[in-house]
Amino acid sequence: MDNRVNSLVRVNDFVVKFANVNGSGSASANGLFARAVLRMGVPVAARNIFPSNIQGLPTWYEVRIVEAGWRGRRGGVDLMVAMNPQTWDKDVAEIEAGGYLFYDSTKPLPPSKFRDDVVALGVPLTAICNETYSDVRQRQLFKNIVYLGSLSALLDLDPQEIERLFAEQYRGKEALLESNRKALHLGRDYALANFECPIGLSVARRDAVGERIFIDGNSAAALGAVYGGATVAAWYPITPSSSLAESFASWCRKLRAEPGTGKQRYAIVQAEDELSSIGMVIGAAWNGARAFTATSGPGVSLMQEFLGLAYFAEIPAVLFDVQRGSPSTGMPTRTQQADLISCAYASHGDTKHVLLLPEDPAECFEFGALAFDLADRLQTPVFVMLDLDIGMQDWLTEPLAWDDSRRLDRGKVMTAQDLDAGRDFGRYLDVDGDGIPYRTYPGTHAVKGSYFTRGTTKDRYARYTEEGPAYVDNMQRLQRKFETARSLVPKPVMTRAAQPTNAGVIWFGSTGAAMAESLAELERQDVHLDRLRIRAFPFDDAIPDFVAAHDHVFVVEQNRDAQLKMLLVNECGIDPAKLTSVLHYDGTPITERFITREIGEKARFYNVTPLTGRRPGVRNGKAA
Amino acid sequence: MTYLAKPKLHHPGLPKNALGYTRRDYEGAISTLCAGCGHDSISAAIIQAFFELDIAPHRVAKLSGIGCSSKTPTYFLGNSHGFNSVHGRMPSVLTGAALANRDLIYLGVSGDGDSASIGLGQFAHVLRRGVNMVYIVENNGVYGLTKGQFSATADKGSKSKRGAVNNDEPIDLVLLALALGATFVARGFSGDKAQLVPLIRAAVAHRGAAFIDVVSPCVAFNNHPGSTKSYDYVREHNEAVNRLDFMPDRAPITTDYAEGSVRDVMLHDGGTVRLRKLHAEYDPSDKVGAMAYLESRRAQGEVVTGLLYVDTESDDMHASLHTVDAPLNSLGDAELVPGNAALVAVNASLR
Repeated sequence: MDNRVNSLVRVNDFVVKFANVNGSGSASANGLFARAVLRMGVPVAARNIFPSNIQGLPTWYEVRIVEAGWRGRRGGVDLMVAMNPQTWDKDVAEIEAGGYLFYDSTKPLPPSKFRDDVVALGVPLTAICNETYSDVRQRQLFKNIVYLGSLSALLDLDPQEIERLFAEQYRGKEALLESNRKALHLGRDYALANFECPIGLSVARRDAVGERIFIDGNSAAALGAVYGGATVAAWYPITPSSSLAESFASWCRKLRAEPGTGKQRYAIVQAEDELSSIGMVIGAAWNGARAFTATSGPGVSLMQEFLGLAYFAEIPAVLFDVQRGSPSTGMPTRTQQADLISCAYASHGDTKHVLLLPEDPAECFEFGALAFDLADRLQTPVFVMLDLDIGMQDWLTEPLAWDDSRRLDRGKVMTAQDLDAGRDFGRYLDVDGDGIPYRTYPGTHAVKGSYFTRGTTKDRYARYTEEGPAYVDNMQRLQRKFETARSLVPKPVMTRAAQPTNAGVIWFGSTGAAMAESLAELERQDVHLDRLRIRAFPFDDAIPDFVAAHDHVFVVEQNRDAQLKMLLVNECGIDPAKLTSVLHYDGTPITERFITREIGEKARFYNVTPLTGRRPGVRNGKAA
Repeated sequence: MTYLAKPKLHHPGLPKNALGYTRRDYEGAISTLCAGCGHDSISAAIIQAFFELDIAPHRVAKLSGIGCSSKTPTYFLGNSHGFNSVHGRMPSVLTGAALANRDLIYLGVSGDGDSASIGLGQFAHVLRRGVNMVYIVENNGVYGLTKGQFSATADKGSKSKRGAVNNDEPIDLVLLALALGATFVARGFSGDKAQLVPLIRAAVAHRGAAFIDVVSPCVAFNNHPGSTKSYDYVREHNEAVNRLDFMPDRAPITTDYAEGSVRDVMLHDGGTVRLRKLHAEYDPSDKVGAMAYLESRRAQGEVVTGLLYVDTESDDMHASLHTVDAPLNSLGDAELVPGNAALVAVNASLR
């Protein structure tokens, strides 16, 4: 080891980044690394940073080992596993001073390729693999397991945990199990023989993971759709949402096969485009099935016309929008929260839509199921707004739970018995003041309850009319229905700062991961903020009340145009001057360091100081 | 306006079908199309076909896109649920509806603008998926509601009412449907109800994607000399390859035909179509032959009508998806929600 370097010494609190070549089989080894740390009871926050490419372009996997349990990115790298010559210079430059560089030392590299303030750890991975394996493909694949073995020694990662993971993964495939175990120990033995192990960074066994599970938001949302009773899924492949539909298929194979026959209690259609996928969802929902599509921003753009129809014809469609950088190719494999406006006001005419904003995979599951109840109850499209960071990354999240006494809420549906009992049926008739009419499923009754579904041109009994007053009457009812939605969607989560303060912060979705840590750090810096996490649109009245109760409110979001702020100003009549945006939109997930820096600087400017002994919301005149 | 529907007074002598319904029970609201519109004749044929098939009207879902043709579902089967959807997108809405409830009968009504232009993609994919439906295109070669622009099925060289000549090649939806895998393909003419009613009945009995292109002259914008979709032109150039008699399985086949000119085709519900062959060489089970024949006649300016292709062994989308027999929209909590115990196992697998 290089003794010139004042190297980092950290236990259970450091960042390892794997720089790989896409398609080299590294994902599996990197995932094992993260899971092995979890099995040692130490939380991780792991993120895949990948290109729009199948093979050859650079890809990274960042694992933050963090006993404190923070789920966001910290920023910076303490150990770089530099397996990609293409990105070497950039990767090496990213390492924190005193950090470590792990690399394949088979071919000598000139000293200029290294840094004086970084500890270099070379293992001849290619040479080891070439000596051991004759098959070219195996040489490449096992290189990943060999470096995993070396890391287990360097970081004091229990090799038995990795072996147990192998055993689970290769159950019944003994040959594969044995060859993986062999590769692991080749790397481990080399490191033990050639370095002082562990290095300054190490993993120490704890019990800090608890019952939490490691799952990506797309899988969790898809499972939510299963529990929400979805039977029809129509979709068109688009990153980063494709795995949501594919995951729905895989959950359904396990959980929705009819006993005895094996037949499917669900139907999944890969449509020819997003227009068709939302069309199928609308057709199925009109006909009484619970249906959804999964897409991303450009897909939502293509669905605009149908979304207008669904709004006006009052069809309960569910859309999972996994947001990304848009359009075309490249940025779409990076994360953003940039579809708020295009979804909230999607389509032609006067339209507004319900949005659910989950913050992690557990909420993706919860909202994924809830969306179907809300859509049926409100008879309108409901968007569940994930983003790539929640959707495609494995997060440590609370275990999923279901209340077995809960029943699917199918909303206001009139049955043949209701019709025979003489109940008055008007498809667009508001009988109880909440703006929500009754509907019938096609085929319900021989002579009663049928109606013709149209966009706008109709009266309360679904009869064709082009009369203005009938149109206005209907539009006002739809507005009432949106007010009802406000009372049904998930409430915001509010938390007081440790000390009374005149400032607050608002955020939603995946930003929460870095936000929680940033708030703790700001508190250490004596910047105290009351917190409000928005979970749905239309906005609860508590949100404008929160803004009114503070002098300054930061709005943290991951887009350029401050879309949440725009919605807040527009919907709640808030003075824009009260809201200060903190915006992150380079495609990488927002970090603790970024939020802390941005809010810290602005807070000092706004004199955000504790209001010791004063009520919150009362202006503090004193300078800091 | 034509007055299809009359006051709901039932003459006691009106004939009833096996379900006890009269023909009047299959009617809808009063048509708002132009007097003499071919589309109204098609609506009348639909009413007649469903009456004769003894299908309860509420067991049919009728869906359409946007355009004159797409307005017509209001004018028939008044006790059926209807859906006037988005221009060119009826096929996807119908597909979704069919996924939700496999027990209803799906009737998609579209036009040449709706299906051959803006909706060509959805037209193609609904056929190749084998959605169990009857898809009728009421084909007049023009955009009626927007007042007479050419559609993509207008023949090259045909003249608009204002005298403009169409320079673009026409799309023949029948040929496309054959290429795309529709398992029942027919063409009718709105002016020939005797041929059209059995075609619709046979299409309903067929399991899988049934497509009928019905040439339906537009009296307002495409019924003038120089049009190839006018009543006069189609009557003169209509070449029917067969005539149909549709017989449900319970009805004995008694009609007598000359030997060699008759072909019985058994359909999925046990019913039989008896084809009176008008062209000895035409074989509706031979898709390749049908395509070649249609192309050769088109080159002669002829409009070939009749049952052009049928695959009696076809199956539908639900069969390929392996869905349960019960309609998906009838499944309840017990069938759909796996419960907390399953979730406990899921959690355990994710640690």
